[in-house]
Amino acid sequence: MALSREQIAERISREMRDGYYVNLGIGIPTLVANYIPKGMEVMFQSENGILGMGEFPTEATIDPDLINAGKQTVTVIKGSAFFSSADSFAMIRGGHVDLTVLGAFEVDATGALASWMIPGKLVKGMGGAMDLVAGAENIIVAMSHASKHGESKILKKCSLPLTGVNCVKLVVTDLAVLRLEGGKFHLVERAPGVSVEEIKKLTEAELVIPANVPEMVFN
Amino acid sequence: MAGFNKVVKSYDEALEGLKDNMFLMVGGFGLCGIPENLIKKVYEMNVKGLTIASNNAGVDGFGLGILLERKQIKKMISSYVGENALFEKQVLSGELELELTPQGTLAEKMRAAGAGIPAFYTATGYGTLVAEGKDVKMFNGRPYVLEHAFPKADFALVKAWKADTYGNLIFNKTAANFNPMIATAGKITVAEVEEIVQPGELDPDLIDVPGIYIKRLIKGTFEKRIEQRTIKK
Repeated sequence: MALSREQIAERISREMRDGYYVNLGIGIPTLVANYIPKGMEVMFQSENGILGMGEFPTEATIDPDLINAGKQTVTVIKGSAFFSSADSFAMIRGGHVDLTVLGAFEVDATGALASWMIPGKLVKGMGGAMDLVAGAENIIVAMSHASKHGESKILKKCSLPLTGVNCVKLVVTDLAVLRLEGGKFHLVERAPGVSVEEIKKLTEAELVIPANVPEMVFN
Repeated sequence: MAGFNKVVKSYDEALEGLKDNMFLMVGGFGLCGIPENLIKKVYEMNVKGLTIASNNAGVDGFGLGILLERKQIKKMISSYVGENALFEKQVLSGELELELTPQGTLAEKMRAAGAGIPAFYTATGYGTLVAEGKDVKMFNGRPYVLEHAFPKADFALVKAWKADTYGNLIFNKTAANFNPMIATAGKITVAEVEEIVQPGELDPDLIDVPGIYIKRLIKGTFEKRIEQRTIKK
Protein backbone atom coordinates (compact mmCIF):
# COMPACT_ATOMS: atom_id res chain seq x y z
CA MET A 1 0.00 0.00 0.00
CA ALA A 2 1.12 3.55 -0.70
CA LEU A 3 2.50 5.44 2.29
CA SER A 4 0.39 7.98 4.14
CA ARG A 5 1.68 11.55 4.57
CA GLU A 6 2.68 10.61 8.11
CA GLN A 7 4.60 7.55 6.91
CA ILE A 8 6.49 9.59 4.31
CA ALA A 9 7.45 11.96 7.14
CA GLU A 10 8.43 9.04 9.40
CA ARG A 11 10.62 7.54 6.68
CA ILE A 12 12.35 10.90 6.10
CA SER A 13 12.98 11.23 9.85
CA ARG A 14 15.31 8.20 9.57
CA GLU A 15 17.69 10.38 7.53
CA MET A 16 18.19 12.71 10.50
CA ARG A 17 21.49 12.64 12.36
CA ASP A 18 22.35 13.86 15.83
CA GLY A 19 23.39 17.53 15.73
CA TYR A 20 21.72 18.35 12.41
CA TYR A 21 20.35 21.84 11.71
CA VAL A 22 17.25 21.20 9.59
CA ASN A 23 14.85 23.36 7.58
CA LEU A 24 11.43 21.80 7.00
CA GLY A 25 9.18 23.10 4.24
CA ILE A 26 5.41 23.47 4.41
CA GLY A 27 3.15 20.39 4.19
CA ILE A 28 4.49 16.84 4.65
CA PRO A 29 7.99 18.12 5.57
CA THR A 30 6.55 19.88 8.64
CA LEU A 31 5.32 16.49 9.92
CA VAL A 32 8.91 15.17 10.03
CA ALA A 33 9.38 17.04 13.32
CA ASN A 34 6.96 14.57 14.97
CA TYR A 35 9.21 11.56 14.26
CA ILE A 36 12.67 12.58 15.47
CA PRO A 37 14.13 9.49 17.19
CA LYS A 38 14.33 9.67 20.98
CA GLY A 39 17.71 10.74 22.29
CA MET A 40 18.65 12.52 19.07
CA GLU A 41 19.12 16.29 19.06
CA VAL A 42 18.01 18.07 15.90
CA MET A 43 17.49 21.84 15.68
CA PHE A 44 14.91 23.34 13.34
CA GLN A 45 15.63 26.47 11.34
CA SER A 46 12.73 28.59 10.15
CA GLU A 47 13.75 30.99 7.39
CA ASN A 48 11.83 33.93 8.83
CA GLY A 49 14.47 34.05 11.56
CA ILE A 50 14.51 31.18 14.08
CA LEU A 51 17.10 28.60 15.00
CA GLY A 52 15.57 26.24 17.54
CA MET A 53 11.89 26.28 16.59
CA GLY A 54 9.66 24.42 19.06
CA GLU A 55 6.11 23.10 19.03
CA PHE A 56 2.88 25.06 18.58
CA PRO A 57 1.93 27.26 21.55
CA THR A 58 -1.02 26.95 23.93
CA GLU A 59 -3.69 29.67 24.13
CA ALA A 60 -1.73 31.04 27.10
CA THR A 61 1.66 31.23 25.37
CA ILE A 62 0.58 32.35 21.89
CA ASP A 63 2.63 35.35 20.68
CA PRO A 64 1.91 37.29 17.47
CA ASP A 65 5.62 38.23 17.30
CA LEU A 66 6.62 34.56 17.11
CA ILE A 67 5.67 32.70 13.93
CA ASN A 68 7.25 30.20 11.56
CA ALA A 69 7.81 30.49 7.80
CA GLY A 70 4.29 29.12 7.24
CA LYS A 71 3.03 32.11 9.28
CA GLN A 72 1.80 29.77 12.02
CA THR A 73 2.24 30.72 15.66
CA VAL A 74 5.04 28.65 17.23
CA THR A 75 7.31 28.48 20.29
CA VAL A 76 11.07 28.12 20.62
CA ILE A 77 13.23 25.66 22.54
CA LYS A 78 15.75 26.60 25.22
CA GLY A 79 18.91 27.85 23.53
CA SER A 80 17.16 29.20 20.45
CA ALA A 81 18.21 32.29 18.50
CA PHE A 82 16.39 34.94 16.46
CA PHE A 83 17.89 36.81 13.51
CA SER A 84 17.00 38.88 10.46
CA SER A 85 15.97 37.52 7.05
CA ALA A 86 19.38 38.50 5.62
CA ASP A 87 21.16 36.52 8.35
CA SER A 88 18.76 33.64 7.85
CA PHE A 89 19.48 33.36 4.13
CA ALA A 90 23.19 33.85 4.72
CA MET A 91 22.91 30.69 6.82
CA ILE A 92 20.98 28.95 4.06
CA ARG A 93 23.01 30.06 1.01
CA GLY A 94 26.24 29.69 2.98
CA GLY A 95 25.62 25.96 3.31
CA HIS A 96 25.32 25.94 7.10
CA VAL A 97 21.96 24.17 7.20
CA ASP A 98 22.65 20.41 7.18
CA LEU A 99 19.38 19.26 5.67
CA THR A 100 16.42 20.76 3.86
CA VAL A 101 13.19 18.81 3.41
CA LEU A 102 10.71 20.19 0.92
CA GLY A 103 7.81 19.20 -1.29
CA ALA A 104 7.77 19.25 -5.09
CA PHE A 105 5.41 18.83 -8.05
CA GLU A 106 8.11 17.15 -10.15
CA VAL A 107 11.76 16.04 -9.94
CA ASP A 108 13.99 14.88 -12.75
CA ALA A 109 17.08 12.81 -13.47
CA THR A 110 19.23 15.91 -13.99
CA GLY A 111 18.64 16.81 -10.32
CA ALA A 112 16.17 19.62 -11.05
CA LEU A 113 12.94 20.13 -9.17
CA ALA A 114 9.76 22.10 -9.81
CA SER A 115 7.72 23.20 -6.82
CA TRP A 116 6.41 26.73 -7.16
CA MET A 117 4.55 27.43 -10.38
CA ILE A 118 1.93 25.76 -12.52
CA PRO A 119 1.37 27.73 -15.73
CA GLY A 120 -2.25 28.82 -16.08
CA LYS A 121 -2.76 28.86 -12.32
CA LEU A 122 -2.14 31.99 -10.28
CA VAL A 123 1.45 32.15 -9.15
CA LYS A 124 1.79 32.90 -5.46
CA GLY A 125 5.57 32.98 -5.36
CA MET A 126 8.62 30.90 -4.59
CA GLY A 127 9.12 32.20 -1.06
CA GLY A 128 12.45 30.86 0.19
CA ALA A 129 12.43 27.61 -1.81
CA MET A 130 14.89 28.71 -4.52
CA ASP A 131 17.40 29.87 -1.90
CA LEU A 132 16.96 26.68 0.12
CA VAL A 133 17.58 24.32 -2.80
CA ALA A 134 20.54 26.39 -4.02
CA GLY A 135 22.12 26.50 -0.57
CA ALA A 136 21.52 23.21 1.22
CA GLU A 137 24.22 20.55 1.12
CA ASN A 138 21.58 17.91 1.48
CA ILE A 139 18.03 17.97 0.17
CA ILE A 140 15.24 15.46 0.63
CA VAL A 141 12.16 15.85 -1.53
CA ALA A 142 8.85 14.61 -0.12
CA MET A 143 6.23 14.10 -2.82
CA SER A 144 3.69 11.79 -4.38
CA HIS A 145 5.15 9.47 -6.99
CA ALA A 146 2.46 10.06 -9.60
CA SER A 147 -0.65 12.15 -10.14
CA LYS A 148 -4.13 10.80 -9.42
CA HIS A 149 -4.34 9.97 -13.12
CA GLY A 150 -1.19 7.87 -12.95
CA GLU A 151 1.16 10.39 -14.58
CA SER A 152 4.67 10.06 -13.23
CA LYS A 153 6.24 12.96 -11.34
CA ILE A 154 9.68 11.32 -11.43
CA LEU A 155 10.73 12.49 -14.85
CA LYS A 156 13.55 12.52 -17.37
CA LYS A 157 13.04 16.28 -17.56
CA CYS A 158 10.70 18.48 -15.48
CA SER A 159 7.85 20.00 -17.50
CA LEU A 160 7.00 22.78 -15.02
CA PRO A 161 9.06 25.91 -14.30
CA LEU A 162 12.03 24.97 -12.12
CA THR A 163 12.83 25.88 -8.53
CA GLY A 164 16.45 24.79 -8.85
CA VAL A 165 18.85 22.62 -10.84
CA ASN A 166 21.40 19.99 -9.78
CA CYS A 167 20.03 19.84 -6.28
CA VAL A 168 17.93 16.68 -5.82
CA LYS A 169 19.69 13.77 -4.11
CA LEU A 170 17.07 11.79 -2.22
CA VAL A 171 13.35 11.53 -2.96
CA VAL A 172 10.80 9.92 -0.64
CA THR A 173 7.45 9.30 -2.32
CA ASP A 174 4.34 7.44 -1.26
CA LEU A 175 5.71 4.41 -3.15
CA ALA A 176 9.49 4.43 -2.84
CA VAL A 177 12.78 5.91 -1.69
CA LEU A 178 14.90 6.97 -4.67
CA ARG A 179 18.50 8.10 -4.66
CA LEU A 180 19.74 10.18 -7.59
CA GLU A 181 23.29 9.26 -8.54
CA GLY A 182 25.16 9.71 -11.79
CA GLY A 183 22.08 11.07 -13.56
CA LYS A 184 19.93 8.06 -12.69
CA PHE A 185 17.36 7.32 -10.02
CA HIS A 186 18.24 4.25 -7.96
CA LEU A 187 15.40 2.39 -6.25
CA VAL A 188 16.47 2.12 -2.60
CA GLU A 189 13.31 0.98 -0.80
CA ARG A 190 9.69 0.36 -1.63
CA ALA A 191 6.50 0.96 0.34
CA PRO A 192 5.09 -2.13 2.09
CA GLY A 193 3.18 -4.28 -0.41
CA VAL A 194 4.15 -2.15 -3.42
CA SER A 195 5.92 -4.14 -6.13
CA VAL A 196 9.00 -3.08 -8.05
CA GLU A 197 6.93 -3.40 -11.24
CA GLU A 198 4.33 -0.94 -9.96
CA ILE A 199 7.03 1.59 -9.12
CA LYS A 200 8.73 1.09 -12.46
CA LYS A 201 5.43 1.66 -14.26
CA LEU A 202 4.91 5.00 -12.49
CA THR A 203 8.49 6.23 -12.99
CA GLU A 204 9.11 7.98 -16.30
CA ALA A 205 12.83 8.49 -15.65
CA GLU A 206 15.28 5.63 -16.03
CA LEU A 207 15.26 3.57 -12.84
CA VAL A 208 18.17 1.48 -11.64
CA ILE A 209 16.76 -1.54 -9.82
CA PRO A 210 19.08 -3.62 -7.65
CA ALA A 211 18.52 -7.37 -7.20
CA ASN A 212 16.98 -6.83 -3.81
CA VAL A 213 14.76 -3.82 -2.98
CA PRO A 214 13.79 -3.97 0.69
CA GLU A 215 10.31 -3.00 1.88
CA MET A 216 10.08 -0.15 4.34
CA VAL A 217 9.10 -1.27 7.82
CA PHE A 218 6.78 0.78 10.03
CA ASN A 219 5.72 0.02 13.59
CA MET B 1 13.42 67.91 16.45
CA ALA B 2 16.83 68.73 17.78
CA GLY B 3 20.21 67.06 17.57
CA PHE B 4 19.80 63.31 17.33
CA ASN B 5 16.27 63.20 18.66
CA LYS B 6 14.31 61.40 15.89
CA VAL B 7 10.93 61.37 17.62
CA VAL B 8 7.99 62.87 15.72
CA LYS B 9 4.64 63.67 17.28
CA SER B 10 2.20 62.48 14.65
CA TYR B 11 1.84 60.11 11.73
CA ASP B 12 1.34 63.18 9.50
CA GLU B 13 4.83 64.27 10.44
CA ALA B 14 6.17 60.69 10.15
CA LEU B 15 5.21 60.44 6.48
CA GLU B 16 5.54 64.08 5.45
CA GLY B 17 6.82 64.24 1.88
CA LEU B 18 5.40 60.89 0.77
CA LYS B 19 4.07 61.39 -2.76
CA ASP B 20 2.58 59.55 -5.72
CA ASN B 21 4.81 57.14 -7.68
CA MET B 22 7.39 56.73 -4.92
CA PHE B 23 9.36 53.55 -4.16
CA LEU B 24 8.74 52.12 -0.69
CA MET B 25 10.19 49.25 1.26
CA VAL B 26 7.97 47.89 4.00
CA GLY B 27 9.09 45.51 6.77
CA GLY B 28 7.34 42.39 8.01
CA PHE B 29 6.88 38.70 7.27
CA GLY B 30 3.23 37.88 6.69
CA LEU B 31 1.53 40.13 9.24
CA CYS B 32 4.35 39.69 11.78
CA GLY B 33 6.39 42.82 12.44
CA ILE B 34 4.60 45.04 9.91
CA PRO B 35 4.48 48.81 10.48
CA GLU B 36 0.69 48.60 10.59
CA ASN B 37 -0.01 52.22 11.56
CA LEU B 38 2.36 53.67 8.96
CA ILE B 39 0.60 51.54 6.33
CA LYS B 40 -2.75 52.89 7.54
CA LYS B 41 -1.38 56.41 7.17
CA VAL B 42 -0.26 55.66 3.59
CA TYR B 43 -3.84 54.53 2.99
CA GLU B 44 -5.29 57.74 4.47
CA MET B 45 -2.93 59.91 2.41
CA ASN B 46 -4.27 58.06 -0.66
CA VAL B 47 -1.00 58.40 -2.57
CA LYS B 48 -1.09 56.39 -5.80
CA GLY B 49 1.24 54.64 -8.19
CA LEU B 50 3.45 53.20 -5.46
CA THR B 51 6.11 50.57 -6.06
CA ILE B 52 6.53 48.53 -2.90
CA ALA B 53 9.18 45.98 -2.01
CA SER B 54 7.94 43.83 0.84
CA ASN B 55 8.14 40.08 1.40
CA ASN B 56 4.34 39.72 1.33
CA ALA B 57 1.37 41.87 0.45
CA GLY B 58 -0.72 41.62 3.62
CA VAL B 59 -4.21 40.14 3.67
CA ASP B 60 -7.60 41.49 2.64
CA GLY B 61 -8.33 44.37 5.02
CA PHE B 62 -5.03 44.39 6.93
CA GLY B 63 -1.40 45.30 6.32
CA LEU B 64 -0.47 46.22 2.76
CA GLY B 65 -3.75 44.61 1.65
CA ILE B 66 -5.61 47.83 2.52
CA LEU B 67 -3.61 49.79 -0.08
CA LEU B 68 -5.19 47.62 -2.78
CA GLU B 69 -8.69 48.81 -1.91
CA ARG B 70 -8.06 52.16 -3.61
CA LYS B 71 -5.49 50.76 -6.05
CA GLN B 72 -2.60 52.69 -4.55
CA ILE B 73 0.02 50.10 -5.53
CA LYS B 74 1.29 50.01 -9.11
CA LYS B 75 3.90 47.31 -8.55
CA MET B 76 4.71 44.81 -5.80
CA ILE B 77 8.10 43.15 -5.39
CA SER B 78 7.66 40.15 -3.08
CA SER B 79 8.62 36.51 -2.59
CA TYR B 80 5.14 35.21 -1.78
CA VAL B 81 1.72 36.79 -2.14
CA GLY B 82 -0.65 33.91 -1.49
CA GLU B 83 -3.09 35.19 1.13
CA ASN B 84 -4.95 37.96 -0.58
CA ALA B 85 -8.02 37.69 -2.85
CA LEU B 86 -8.03 41.35 -3.91
CA PHE B 87 -4.36 41.09 -4.78
CA GLU B 88 -5.03 38.09 -7.05
CA LYS B 89 -7.84 39.94 -8.76
CA GLN B 90 -5.74 43.03 -9.51
CA VAL B 91 -2.80 40.97 -10.77
CA LEU B 92 -5.04 38.92 -13.06
CA SER B 93 -6.74 42.06 -14.43
CA GLY B 94 -3.34 43.63 -15.11
CA GLU B 95 -3.92 46.60 -12.78
CA LEU B 96 -1.12 45.47 -10.48
CA GLU B 97 2.33 44.47 -11.62
CA LEU B 98 4.01 41.69 -9.64
CA GLU B 99 7.73 40.95 -9.55
CA LEU B 100 8.43 37.72 -7.68
CA THR B 101 11.89 37.50 -6.13
CA PRO B 102 13.34 34.62 -4.11
CA GLN B 103 13.15 35.47 -0.42
CA GLY B 104 16.90 35.37 0.25
CA THR B 105 17.63 37.42 -2.85
CA LEU B 106 14.97 39.93 -1.77
CA ALA B 107 16.61 40.26 1.65
CA GLU B 108 20.05 40.66 0.09
CA LYS B 109 18.87 43.25 -2.47
CA MET B 110 17.63 45.29 0.50
CA ARG B 111 20.77 44.72 2.56
CA ALA B 112 22.98 45.63 -0.41
CA ALA B 113 20.95 48.81 -1.04
CA GLY B 114 21.72 50.01 2.48
CA ALA B 115 25.33 48.82 2.47
CA GLY B 116 26.48 50.51 -0.74
CA ILE B 117 26.85 47.26 -2.70
CA PRO B 118 25.38 47.82 -6.19
CA ALA B 119 25.07 44.15 -7.14
CA PHE B 120 26.04 40.64 -6.09
CA TYR B 121 26.20 37.10 -7.45
CA THR B 122 24.04 34.34 -5.97
CA ALA B 123 23.45 30.68 -6.82
CA THR B 124 19.77 31.16 -6.03
CA GLY B 125 17.54 30.87 -9.07
CA TYR B 126 20.20 29.69 -11.50
CA GLY B 127 18.56 27.74 -14.32
CA THR B 128 15.07 29.08 -13.44
CA LEU B 129 12.77 31.83 -14.74
CA VAL B 130 14.14 34.36 -12.26
CA ALA B 131 17.61 34.16 -13.85
CA GLU B 132 16.36 34.86 -17.39
CA GLY B 133 18.22 37.74 -19.01
CA LYS B 134 20.63 38.07 -16.09
CA ASP B 135 24.41 37.76 -16.25
CA VAL B 136 25.76 34.38 -15.12
CA LYS B 137 29.34 33.89 -14.01
CA MET B 138 31.25 30.82 -12.83
CA PHE B 139 32.97 30.92 -9.43
CA ASN B 140 34.83 27.83 -8.19
CA GLY B 141 33.14 25.75 -10.87
CA ARG B 142 29.59 26.76 -10.00
CA PRO B 143 27.28 29.17 -11.87
CA TYR B 144 26.00 32.27 -10.09
CA VAL B 145 23.42 34.86 -11.17
CA LEU B 146 24.05 38.61 -11.02
CA GLU B 147 21.40 40.38 -8.96
CA HIS B 148 21.26 44.17 -8.57
CA ALA B 149 20.65 45.90 -5.27
CA PHE B 150 17.43 47.88 -5.01
CA PRO B 151 17.76 51.63 -5.35
CA LYS B 152 17.34 53.35 -1.99
CA ALA B 153 13.67 53.54 -1.08
CA ASP B 154 12.11 57.01 -1.02
CA PHE B 155 10.52 55.84 2.22
CA ALA B 156 11.51 52.75 4.21
CA LEU B 157 8.85 51.82 6.74
CA VAL B 158 9.79 49.54 9.63
CA LYS B 159 8.39 48.28 12.90
CA ALA B 160 10.57 47.60 15.96
CA TRP B 161 9.86 46.70 19.55
CA LYS B 162 11.86 49.31 21.46
CA ALA B 163 13.85 52.38 20.56
CA ASP B 164 15.63 55.20 22.30
CA THR B 165 15.00 58.74 21.10
CA TYR B 166 18.16 58.55 18.95
CA GLY B 167 16.53 55.83 16.87
CA ASN B 168 18.55 52.85 18.11
CA LEU B 169 16.21 49.90 17.54
CA ILE B 170 15.61 46.52 19.19
CA PHE B 171 13.30 43.91 17.67
CA ASN B 172 11.20 41.23 19.32
CA LYS B 173 11.53 37.58 18.23
CA THR B 174 10.52 36.91 14.61
CA ALA B 175 9.08 40.40 14.24
CA ALA B 176 12.59 41.42 13.11
CA ASN B 177 12.53 39.56 9.75
CA PHE B 178 13.07 42.09 6.93
CA ASN B 179 12.93 45.19 9.15
CA PRO B 180 16.67 45.41 9.96
CA MET B 181 17.74 45.52 6.28
CA ILE B 182 14.90 47.78 5.21
CA ALA B 183 15.81 50.20 7.99
CA THR B 184 19.21 50.71 6.33
CA ALA B 185 17.85 51.12 2.81
CA GLY B 186 15.68 54.24 2.95
CA LYS B 187 16.39 57.81 1.88
CA ILE B 188 13.92 58.44 4.69
CA THR B 189 13.52 55.56 7.13
CA VAL B 190 10.57 55.82 9.46
CA ALA B 191 10.40 53.45 12.42
CA GLU B 192 7.30 52.87 14.51
CA VAL B 193 7.85 51.17 17.84
CA GLU B 194 6.02 50.00 20.93
CA GLU B 195 8.15 51.90 23.41
CA ILE B 196 10.55 54.84 23.26
CA VAL B 197 13.06 55.32 26.07
CA GLN B 198 15.77 57.88 26.80
CA PRO B 199 19.34 57.50 25.45
CA GLY B 200 21.34 55.33 27.83
CA GLU B 201 18.41 53.16 28.82
CA LEU B 202 19.12 50.54 26.13
CA ASP B 203 22.20 48.32 26.44
CA PRO B 204 24.44 49.32 23.49
CA ASP B 205 25.44 45.66 23.08
CA LEU B 206 21.84 44.71 22.36
CA ILE B 207 20.99 47.29 19.67
CA ASP B 208 19.81 45.56 16.46
CA VAL B 209 19.78 48.64 14.23
CA PRO B 210 21.90 51.69 15.15
CA GLY B 211 20.12 55.03 15.07
CA ILE B 212 22.20 56.41 12.19
CA TYR B 213 19.79 54.76 9.73
CA ILE B 214 16.62 56.20 11.28
CA LYS B 215 15.24 59.61 10.26
CA ARG B 216 11.90 59.61 12.05
CA LEU B 217 10.61 57.66 15.00
CA ILE B 218 7.08 57.33 16.35
CA LYS B 219 5.43 55.36 19.11
CA GLY B 220 2.37 53.41 18.02
CA THR B 221 -0.20 51.03 19.41
CA PHE B 222 -0.48 47.76 17.53
CA GLU B 223 -3.23 45.27 16.83
CA LYS B 224 -0.71 42.56 15.78
CA ARG B 225 -3.20 40.47 13.88
CA ILE B 226 -2.31 36.75 13.63
CA GLU B 227 -2.49 35.16 10.20
CA GLN B 228 -2.38 31.45 11.12
CA ARG B 229 -3.42 30.99 14.72
CA THR B 230 -2.08 27.51 15.48
CA ILE B 231 -2.47 25.85 18.88
CA LYS B 232 -0.89 22.66 20.19
CA LYS B 233 -3.33 19.76 19.94
